[in-house]
Amino acid sequence: MDALFLHRIHFGFTITFHYLFPQLTMGLALVMVAMKTLALKTGNERYNEAARFWAKVFAINFLLGVVTGIPMEFQFGTNWSRFSRITGGVIGQPLAMEGLFAFFLESAFLGLFLFGEKRLSPLGHWGSAVMVWLGSWISGFFIIVTNAWMQHPVAYRILPNGTFEVTSFWQFFMNPWAWLEYAHNMSGAVITGTFVVCAVGALYLLENKFIEHAKIFLRVGVILGCIACVAQIFPTGDLHGRYMAKHQPAAVAGMEGLFHSQQGAPIVLVGQLNEEKQTIDNPLAANGVLSFLLYGTRAAEVQGLDKIPRENWPQPLPLLYYAYHIMAGLGTYFVLLMAVSAFLLWRGKLFTARWALWPLMLSFPLPYIANTAGWMTAEIGRQPWVVYGLMRTSEGYSKYVSAGSGLFTLLGFMGMYTVLSILFIVLVYRILYQGPELASGAPGPPTASAKA
Amino acid sequence: MGFIWFWLVAIMIVAYVLLDGFDLGVGILHPFLAKTEEERSISVRSIGPVWDGNEVWLIAGGGTLYFAFPLLYASAFSGFYLALMVVLWLLIIRGASIELRSQIPIAVWRTFFDGMFCFSSALLAIFFGAALANVIRGVPLNPEGYFFLPLWTNWRPGPDPGILDWYTVLGGLIALVALAIHGALYLAVKTQGDLQSRARTFAQRGWVALAALTLISLPASIVVRKDTLDNYRAFPLAFAVPVIVLIALGGMHFFSRKGDDRKAFASSCVYLATMLVGAAVGLYPRLLPSSRDPAMDITIAKALSGPHTLQVGLIWWFLGISLALLYFVIVYRMFGGKVSASSEGYGH
Repeated sequence: MDALFLHRIHFGFTITFHYLFPQLTMGLALVMVAMKTLALKTGNERYNEAARFWAKVFAINFLLGVVTGIPMEFQFGTNWSRFSRITGGVIGQPLAMEGLFAFFLESAFLGLFLFGEKRLSPLGHWGSAVMVWLGSWISGFFIIVTNAWMQHPVAYRILPNGTFEVTSFWQFFMNPWAWLEYAHNMSGAVITGTFVVCAVGALYLLENKFIEHAKIFLRVGVILGCIACVAQIFPTGDLHGRYMAKHQPAAVAGMEGLFHSQQGAPIVLVGQLNEEKQTIDNPLAANGVLSFLLYGTRAAEVQGLDKIPRENWPQPLPLLYYAYHIMAGLGTYFVLLMAVSAFLLWRGKLFTARWALWPLMLSFPLPYIANTAGWMTAEIGRQPWVVYGLMRTSEGYSKYVSAGSGLFTLLGFMGMYTVLSILFIVLVYRILYQGPELASGAPGPPTASAKA
Repeated sequence: MGFIWFWLVAIMIVAYVLLDGFDLGVGILHPFLAKTEEERSISVRSIGPVWDGNEVWLIAGGGTLYFAFPLLYASAFSGFYLALMVVLWLLIIRGASIELRSQIPIAVWRTFFDGMFCFSSALLAIFFGAALANVIRGVPLNPEGYFFLPLWTNWRPGPDPGILDWYTVLGGLIALVALAIHGALYLAVKTQGDLQSRARTFAQRGWVALAALTLISLPASIVVRKDTLDNYRAFPLAFAVPVIVLIALGGMHFFSRKGDDRKAFASSCVYLATMLVGAAVGLYPRLLPSSRDPAMDITIAKALSGPHTLQVGLIWWFLGISLALLYFVIVYRMFGGKVSASSEGYGH
């Protein structure tokens, strides 16, 4: 195992595990705002109970997001020091701003949201939920701006000492790539959040427990989820894909497994990528569709990997191809599931349609997979560059941190995260088992049972 | 510009130490001062709504350092690789312990996380102290501006030291004692009854050790780095800093004995801040000195980001910090006063 490989796996593993939590908290924050808004508008206490229930789930996910997120910022310096040294003047900026503008906001108002319901007015508590939502989404924005600059560098110049500097603060944040990526990513987070909310609602209905709350979960979850699932494909995914085809043709060719440039390029639905023979084995393809999707006409020529020098091919190519196909396939399934559920909800049949509740309950892991696969598509697609076209990944890792040290700490993180996963499952299981608690008529502390 | 950003980063580090310092201190003392389940619950809840926000100063400070001095960030973070990874693991253990201990009402579960909370807080304090001592002592920078330090070599602060040597261990000890007392004074402010009186007693007894360690630290620094006092000699006004350190040290003891916990805690804040400022004055304009050759020092001039970046940065930095201060005022007002015995909030 060479050092480059280890540093890539080190970052890849820790970021993949980390992002399991923010994708839920960002989506769930929106769901909680929706519930608190409904509570405020209708005066129905069930909505507050529902929000309180999800706040418990949120708190655990937020905690894991925080403790697994700190290593991410550190790793820029520890494992990718040559990259950080050259680009710190550019991407250090959004990372510092994330701390100042998002984390302070989020942590302060999460404290108020979780601990301050009795000290705040209903409107004040709703406000704290909105602030938590804003904080988490602003945080996501700064990370996406960072990533977008690595994908599609804009508004920079190179200083005499070889480091990069931003030339226009405005253009840096208005990077079109950033806004497309942000929209696509955030609707992905809403999908995770709503699928989890729907799954718990479906579970309770199938179990015949907490019926009132379960219906709220499903109503809010299906409506928001349906919007997000559609937005995930159109317009966000569509626009992002077209922009990518223009600026990262190698990534798109790799994602689609298109080895040879051609007019009327097909889209491969299923098939195994064969890098040696430069072909797709057992393809199930639709002719001309890729050309149409990217350029609006079936006749357009799509650039294949043959136009790209071999040393600039994304690596590992098969993983890029599969990651993209998993993301796109699941995204299509999400639209179907949510469209059917939304239709049933509209007709007033969802809560009794057990055949629809089962897939709603069982589908919650899939958005995690799709979001992870989407990020793998973005990050592997950018290879072999760490900053597209400007700096190779092999020039970015810490030269003086040996492969042995890298493996040592990678294993440490793996052990640590295994323990965290077990604790997480135990605690979430416990919250689900206890279910939402009725606040009406019981003015005491909401979790009196938790006192030993 | 370099001067400004040097002190802005220093301010953020000071804020981090003052704020996260007291919740680290509460952690260090947690199993020793809080005996019953009720006391332990109070001890954790005294920092419950704020510890996470306090820790954000570390992230925000790290981000600002990265932005303003990329070379320093790249060099120091990769050079202290092993120690930083341990710090990360400790931060994970600590955050999990604080939040998870109250989730399940099983005595073994809670005792375990109480122990982990204490263990991780104490080691973090030691590591942070040792980290500062490493920066003061210097590291073996190569011409490219990088280094890689083993955790220890022969425990001597020579040209090829380890992360831990007698001097950095001394730094770690000072941090451990100072933050424990800082936490004790905070607990005294936030609690009542037995817990409060135990916290006061600890602060007063521990103070003797802190005073002794503080007095040793100055000559020790001069032994390790002969140029420690150069800046002070050039600007004799700077000698006010160590004088304030001593006054604040006295204030901690004086006010704690009088039972004026708030003033004692404030004195402790001044003590920590001036200790750090004193170190920063000694360093300036270096950011990370070399233990071998002053020509290799990472200085402000070498590490500074581009001019446009830094100018724009000033605007958002002040805006962001103002907002952050506003949030802190809101939160600390909302959760001011003594921690009550009954729990509130979800899962606590």
